[in-house]
Amino acid sequence: MSREKIIVLEVNGRRHLKAFPAHRTLLEALRELGFFDVKCGCEKGDCGACAVLVDGEAVDSCLTLAWTVEGRAITTAAGLGTAENPHPLQDAYAKLGAVQCGYCTPGLIIASESLLRATSAPDDDDIRLALSGNLCRCTGYTKVFEAVKEVARGRAIGGRK
Amino acid sequence: MTSIPELPAAKPNVAWRQIGRPLERTDARGKAVGTTRYAGDYTMPNMLHVKVLRSTMASAKLRRLDVTKARALPGVACVLTAAELPDRLAPTDIPGQTGREREKTDQQILVRERVRYFGEPLALIAAETKDIAEQAMALVEAELEPLAGVFDPIEALKPGAPVVQGEGNVVAAQKIRKGDIAKGFAEADLVIENTFRTQFIEHAFLEPEVGLAWVDESGVVNIRVSTQVIEHFRYVADALGVPHNRVRIMGALVGGGFGGKEDVTVEIYLALLARATGRPVRLEYSREDSLVGHGKRHPFVMTYRTGVKKDGRITAVEARFIADAGAYVFLSPYVLLYAVVAAPGPYRVDNLFVDAKAVATNNMYTSAFRGFGAAQACIAYEQQMDEAAKALGMDRLELRRRNYLRTGDKISTGVPIRSAVWSDRCAEQAWAALGEPTKVSGPVRIGRGLAAYQQSYGRITWLHDTSEGWVGVEVDGTVIVRSGVTDIGAGQASALAQIVAEVLGVTLEDVVVYNSDSAVTPLAGTTTATRALYMTGNAIKLAAEAVRGRLVARAAKELGVEPGEVDMASSRVFVADHPEKSLSFADLVKLAAAEGIHRSELAMFRAPFSDKIDPETGQGQVHPDYAFGAHAIEVAVDTETGEITVLKSVGAHDVGQAINPAAVEGQIEGGAVQGQGYALSEEMIYREGRLMTPSFSEYLIPTAMDVPPVKSIILESRSGLGPFGAKGIGEPALTPVAPAIANAVADAIGVRIPDLPITPEKVVNALRGRASKPGHSAGR
Repeated sequence: MSREKIIVLEVNGRRHLKAFPAHRTLLEALRELGFFDVKCGCEKGDCGACAVLVDGEAVDSCLTLAWTVEGRAITTAAGLGTAENPHPLQDAYAKLGAVQCGYCTPGLIIASESLLRATSAPDDDDIRLALSGNLCRCTGYTKVFEAVKEVARGRAIGGRK
Repeated sequence: MTSIPELPAAKPNVAWRQIGRPLERTDARGKAVGTTRYAGDYTMPNMLHVKVLRSTMASAKLRRLDVTKARALPGVACVLTAAELPDRLAPTDIPGQTGREREKTDQQILVRERVRYFGEPLALIAAETKDIAEQAMALVEAELEPLAGVFDPIEALKPGAPVVQGEGNVVAAQKIRKGDIAKGFAEADLVIENTFRTQFIEHAFLEPEVGLAWVDESGVVNIRVSTQVIEHFRYVADALGVPHNRVRIMGALVGGGFGGKEDVTVEIYLALLARATGRPVRLEYSREDSLVGHGKRHPFVMTYRTGVKKDGRITAVEARFIADAGAYVFLSPYVLLYAVVAAPGPYRVDNLFVDAKAVATNNMYTSAFRGFGAAQACIAYEQQMDEAAKALGMDRLELRRRNYLRTGDKISTGVPIRSAVWSDRCAEQAWAALGEPTKVSGPVRIGRGLAAYQQSYGRITWLHDTSEGWVGVEVDGTVIVRSGVTDIGAGQASALAQIVAEVLGVTLEDVVVYNSDSAVTPLAGTTTATRALYMTGNAIKLAAEAVRGRLVARAAKELGVEPGEVDMASSRVFVADHPEKSLSFADLVKLAAAEGIHRSELAMFRAPFSDKIDPETGQGQVHPDYAFGAHAIEVAVDTETGEITVLKSVGAHDVGQAINPAAVEGQIEGGAVQGQGYALSEEMIYREGRLMTPSFSEYLIPTAMDVPPVKSIILESRSGLGPFGAKGIGEPALTPVAPAIANAVADAIGVRIPDLPITPEKVVNALRGRASKPGHSAGR
């Protein structure tokens, strides 16, 4: 067994102390800590279901070792908003029917948020490219594009709904 | 329990208040904010972690399986091999609410002696951690002796071919003999003959198979699992050798199914280990386990001869299908039947001859997949229609128009269509929505294609499908629905809430649906076969109407009018012509509760029932009804690189009645993109039975970069057998897409590529007049 080390992971604004071995991925660590909104789809960086923000940028948590993100700000989809007070992307995904089975949804929302933080007025190609690492087998992406565009428009005119 | 209840004459809602509105689905918000719990998100204290050890050969004899070292590894709680299992088999026949005796399709749970496919399970390992279970896998010594296998269904039909199992390799055969085929071809001015091939396809749901099982204080095996079918508790019990009421299956919101979670997945392994260890056990497939470990879509070889008159009328169709069933039978006989029934497509063909065989090989077994054989047939018959139009010099839509079935016409199996057939409207509207052709230059060519389809909704009628559902009203006026239905992502539960809200005049927020628990929710049957809305929706509607009837009768007394004058909407109960005479729904419920009026109902809906079809002619009823529609496509093909870009994708479907149009659009959009993958990029490649595409970097489903926004056109004939005249859209959304794309590519480059997927390599070779190298799949 590999050596374990106690590390501090800052997730959704709270610090979590836990021992992990060196080979433990951030995906596994987050799920061990109870962040079930981080989904395991492939463990190879092919599907994006496990995407989280690390210092505001989307990464595949299955390709990130837990030890390497100690002290950095990790945000999961559940950290963006709640049912009562959803993030605009969460609201738009739900309202516009961009959610079907929902398994890819947290990762897609993280990728969308990462895009919108980097690009204030993304065009269609920006959106496609930003979401191309997130596989969805249910929606055909059509309503996902609509949801991201709606939120981008809302931000462009300066309002967070 | 009641069947169809006698209702007091409650006035039906003339204008629907909830049905037909694009409401936010009840499950959407939890999924978007990440609070939804899937089957894999449940854990228990003292839980063990399971791994499945699989065969590394496709056809072999298991000489020796030594698990001594694995068992001795600290932290390993249990290793099971066939030697430890009771001499029982896993049933693999069609599941769900049917008392029909199953066919002889059972298979070994773990390999006893003979390995028949790559990845067939050899041993189950339960350990304190996943890491330890993985280490233990490496300590198992499995000695496999390779045996001659067969990897191509056409080879498997030849005399002397290795026999996969039993007497011979034909695991199912279906035929249709209708009219006079010789006469039909004699009348034809032109006969078009082509052979089309389709490939192994993977469901690629994003949530891999997963479950958690434990034995409770009553000795009942409880299994929380990602499944389309909670009724598998019966098959799990049969495999364990315990009574059916000793296994409970609880679903969860499912992370995609598409037919891939229709068969048993991890349930039996979990049940065996929970009983063997007395501890909770959890098994989550890796993506590779998932790609290797569940059945695929059947590859088909389809040879068509179509006779047409100069005016375009079809005089005869002869179709021969060979499907690769893989190493075990599973649902092959039924998939083959669906293909045969759909063989002529949505066209009137009086002289029809179909011969179809599903053939065993040592490839991965094949089973249910959205479209279920009817999708494969559509790929052939719709390309054949375009070839016929080309040969006749006729407009492709016009040729179809001259042949579409009409209500009352007899389909392939000799029974008349009773619902609307809006193929022509759907085709015209989809085609028109393509608009002006996209302008291109250089080596790029634009092409357009269309495909129409006939797809059943509801299960095979001789299975005598039923669905039960319960609706109850709480004393505060809120509503509870209990239904066994599994929600696999299409909004099955939300649709039930919408139906109940309509019938009881409340809002979606007033309704909570408890679903998919075999112990506490009435058994609704499977979420398969485009049946969930049709069957479960009808059952829940019956239950809600019974509750409404009793409440309306009480309200009529209170309001001093006849029950027929009472209506319910916006959580109020009122006199229809004098809405000011009213009381709140909650007050009415309190009144009813105080008087002991029954505020709940358990209803059963029964699908039409028929005898089996005549096996010699294939004539008779097979399905309750059929859906019709069309998909239109515009592609750009780069004639230098062979690259194909789908520019426009339009689905037009008569769904009968959209319960939730946003959800219907979601099905059409998702089906369009799955169909695009089927046509252009997806292929599970097996070499000598071994999977060569065990990840999503090798098996390529469409990404956001690959697809255009899909346009959905919803038509509503209100002629279906489902609630409020609904038909179904789950499978129909996918079925016409791949052939529409194939037709668009042929239109663009002037050459037809008859084998899916249509890759750039095939395009370039076709344009240079070269045959493409056979695909990696066997026998191509």
